[in-house]
Amino acid sequence: MWERVASSPAGGEEANRTLHVRSNEPAITPELITQHGLKPDEYARIEKLIGRTPSFTELGIFSAMWNEHCSYKSSKIHLRTLPTTAPWVIQGPGENAGVIDIGGGLAVVFKMESHNHPSYIEPYQGATTGVGGILRDVFTMGARPIACLNALSFGDPKHPKTRHLVSGVVAGIGGYGNSFGVPTVGGEVRFHRRYDGNCLVNAMAVGIAEADKIFYSAASGIGMPIVYLGSKTGRDGIHGATMASAEFSADAEEKRPTVQVGDPFSEKLLLEACLEIMAKGCVIAIQDMGAAGLTCSAVEMGAKGDLGVTLDLDKVPCRETGMSAYEMMLSESQERMLMVLKPEKEKEAAAIFRKWGLDFAVVGETTPTKRFLVRHGGAIMADLPIKELGDEAPVYDRPFAETARLSVIDAASVEPPIGIADALEKLIGSPDLCSKRWVFEQYDHVILGNTVQRPGGDAAVMRVNEGPKALALTSDVTPRYCEADPFEGGKQAVAEAWRNLSAVGARPLALTDNLNFGNPERPEIMGQLVGCIRGIGEASRALDFPIVSGNVSLYNETNGQAILPTPTIGGVGILDDFTRSMTVAFKAEGESVLLIGETQGWLGQSVYLRDICGREEGAPPPVDLAAERRHGEFVRALIRDGMVTAVHDLSDGGLVVALAEMAMASRIGAVLEAPRGVPAHAFWFGEDQARYVVTAKDAEAVAQRATAAAVPLIRLGATGGRVLAIAEERPLPVGDLLSRFEDWLPAYMAASSA
Amino acid sequence: MKSAVLVFPGINRERDMARALRLISGREPAMVWHADRDLPPGTDLVVIPGGFSYGDYLRCGAIAARAPIMEAVRVFAARGGLVLAVCNGFQIVCEAGLLPGVLMRNAQLRFICRDVFLRVERSDIPFTRGYNAGQVIRVPVAHGEGNYIADGETIARLEGEGRVVFRYSSPDGMVDPNWNHNGAMNAIAGIINERGNVLGLMPHPENHVEASMGRTDGRGLFAGLVDHFKLAA
Repeated sequence: MWERVASSPAGGEEANRTLHVRSNEPAITPELITQHGLKPDEYARIEKLIGRTPSFTELGIFSAMWNEHCSYKSSKIHLRTLPTTAPWVIQGPGENAGVIDIGGGLAVVFKMESHNHPSYIEPYQGATTGVGGILRDVFTMGARPIACLNALSFGDPKHPKTRHLVSGVVAGIGGYGNSFGVPTVGGEVRFHRRYDGNCLVNAMAVGIAEADKIFYSAASGIGMPIVYLGSKTGRDGIHGATMASAEFSADAEEKRPTVQVGDPFSEKLLLEACLEIMAKGCVIAIQDMGAAGLTCSAVEMGAKGDLGVTLDLDKVPCRETGMSAYEMMLSESQERMLMVLKPEKEKEAAAIFRKWGLDFAVVGETTPTKRFLVRHGGAIMADLPIKELGDEAPVYDRPFAETARLSVIDAASVEPPIGIADALEKLIGSPDLCSKRWVFEQYDHVILGNTVQRPGGDAAVMRVNEGPKALALTSDVTPRYCEADPFEGGKQAVAEAWRNLSAVGARPLALTDNLNFGNPERPEIMGQLVGCIRGIGEASRALDFPIVSGNVSLYNETNGQAILPTPTIGGVGILDDFTRSMTVAFKAEGESVLLIGETQGWLGQSVYLRDICGREEGAPPPVDLAAERRHGEFVRALIRDGMVTAVHDLSDGGLVVALAEMAMASRIGAVLEAPRGVPAHAFWFGEDQARYVVTAKDAEAVAQRATAAAVPLIRLGATGGRVLAIAEERPLPVGDLLSRFEDWLPAYMAASSA
Repeated sequence: MKSAVLVFPGINRERDMARALRLISGREPAMVWHADRDLPPGTDLVVIPGGFSYGDYLRCGAIAARAPIMEAVRVFAARGGLVLAVCNGFQIVCEAGLLPGVLMRNAQLRFICRDVFLRVERSDIPFTRGYNAGQVIRVPVAHGEGNYIADGETIARLEGEGRVVFRYSSPDGMVDPNWNHNGAMNAIAGIINERGNVLGLMPHPENHVEASMGRTDGRGLFAGLVDHFKLAA
């Protein structure tokens, strides 16, 4: 079956002479170069590199490899500063996904990735292909996906497009994950006018593999067959990665043809077929075709393995006839993989793919030349140095301006416009803090039968196989903090993920970061990126919470208006025994309600200040990483030793919002006192960090431990009744709070968008 | 109890089902590929699990209903063999003509995953002997097309012959539109054929069989079947 194509000559010299330029291919003009997203200096670099004018196909290949999305050219030097190692890290950034060891011969494979630009243009398909892409990243490494999460940021609810985007994105995530058969168990949904022109769709997938059976993308061996797997190649998604590497102007709608179309059915078949050929020992290296499709996957496999790659496009399974080399190389058709096959296993592997009704075609081979050679119709359409295309793409040290520090807001100077009870009622039914049930009920979160904690708590808890081990999963970031102070905001995103994992009783192990920012060519945006990365690095070092995978999405900007800086952190933790995982719901009446951590009453950048006082102002709460660590470890020990009955992390909305959530989850009320010394509104709504609420039967025992561990702890009151009774405030029936909490989103989505 | 779980391309709850069967019957079920023409010899129970067979393309269950293995299932059912069809399985047996009616899109036109309450209408059949008639159980649903519809005559027959086995209800067993999440006619969640050996239902009892899943209300269905075959032996 496999015809050996002639190997490229050792150098590029001779190949250059035989390079075929089709007469109907456009000539390389400055306009064409600009359309490909390449800057004049980048184009000059290409000409210098290859010593001639590139062919049209080659220009396409360069644009696919050197765009921001694939090359990380603006972020690379900063990402290198992040801590990525720990004794339990098997694979850090640079592969399809990160891998950590969880003992017992098992590994967790996970990553988060954005699909922002496509989701704004075509929300359903943009979101589905985002989910499909991240699932492929995970099972490419030999893992069976066990959970998905997603962090979504939308514009102002009043913006005419918001409802349409929420509806399409949520349906798309569900449409793909539900059909593929992976539970979607967690995430975030936020609204802010700064996402009006660019919504964010960050999808995270988590899989389990045998620790000694991880598959990587680096090719090895010369003359090894390169096999194309999965669905056929069509004309969809051409230039998707280039589109995602530029800001939008008024023409966003016209970019619809760059969005791919997802087919979860094919992906499910691809999963089963891939895991089967991996189990049969057929695979040397494997890489999914994601951004920049065939180009990126082939180049990465070769470049990482220090090998050349020759592709014969006549062998590529195509959905339609007459596709050019350019189109095939740039198509982002979904549900495809590229694999370097053990030659003796070809028949066996082909039979497995046929059984699943998928395409299997030998389309090339590895060569010793370090050239990327593309043949089509008997002609050489591209002949390029593979290392320079791949891991030696341009790297920029872009100028950046540090974000100016904002002054600290004195809580006493903030006049509360309404009472505590009124403010709580308003916040609990506000777009950001209301229940996201309308969203997560569209996701199958119980399939596979391992979901111990479903959406709605601090972190999802997933039993590993038959247990007793379980994973805790969360995604977090507070963009308004990042905007106000990128460094503290970056720290906070990591700390909150760490805290959410700790709150369910899990030991945090590692994280994936999905950095969403505006145009990095603007120094102030670059300053946000650099500041957030520094903060993330500092927090992950202090908390032993390394970064093992990630994704950068820049140019989230429309008509010069950037999104809020949004470095989403996906965290993974481990519980030794899932039966000991802790939930937020009050468990019984008459238990003590305790607050762990220091409360100064920090109102700067709080939800209260924004949504009640109408002020988006001030410095965000500082993150004391030593306190985070001490308090988190203290809480985990309380959970482990069975000393607490409920735990909730404090974040958006502060203490009283957390207490209301604990009450609503159980329909049990509480009677609460505020201590003196902090203004009431700042005490109840301040967003000081490193805090948890716990309930306990024996408050004294918990207090003694806290004293011994030098952890601040105060008693707030006791659970009981059916109302939340805050000292000196109108009592709030829990049922009423619950109605407000549950009603906002369904009512919003049911209303017409007129 | 020897069970056979059918696997069509795109089915995705076959592992959940196999685990529940293994856990409760103590016996590993056979996984049977859609392209096979025969069921394993001695099969007591055929299970058609949930998922998105053939991507739900064309119409839910329409393609799977015409897969080679379904002929063997028809013969098996005609001889009185027990067939349990859950979610996509329910859609497949309706498309295959083993049960009447059709599952339309949920009334709200959205996929819904949540726990629902089911009133067990009768306990004198092998599928429900593990429950009491009138008992309310709590199990998850996860479907976009679970809205059971049939013509008036069919509904009248189903009701008249006591063939509605599970009905969506409130936690205290009242049939109420607020507790009928997908808008099914007469709040129908599950029905049997005339002979009483083919059960189709939308909810997933297999996802509530261990304490770690939150509830164990689904066990009764499997435990009842195990008892049935034990008594028959």
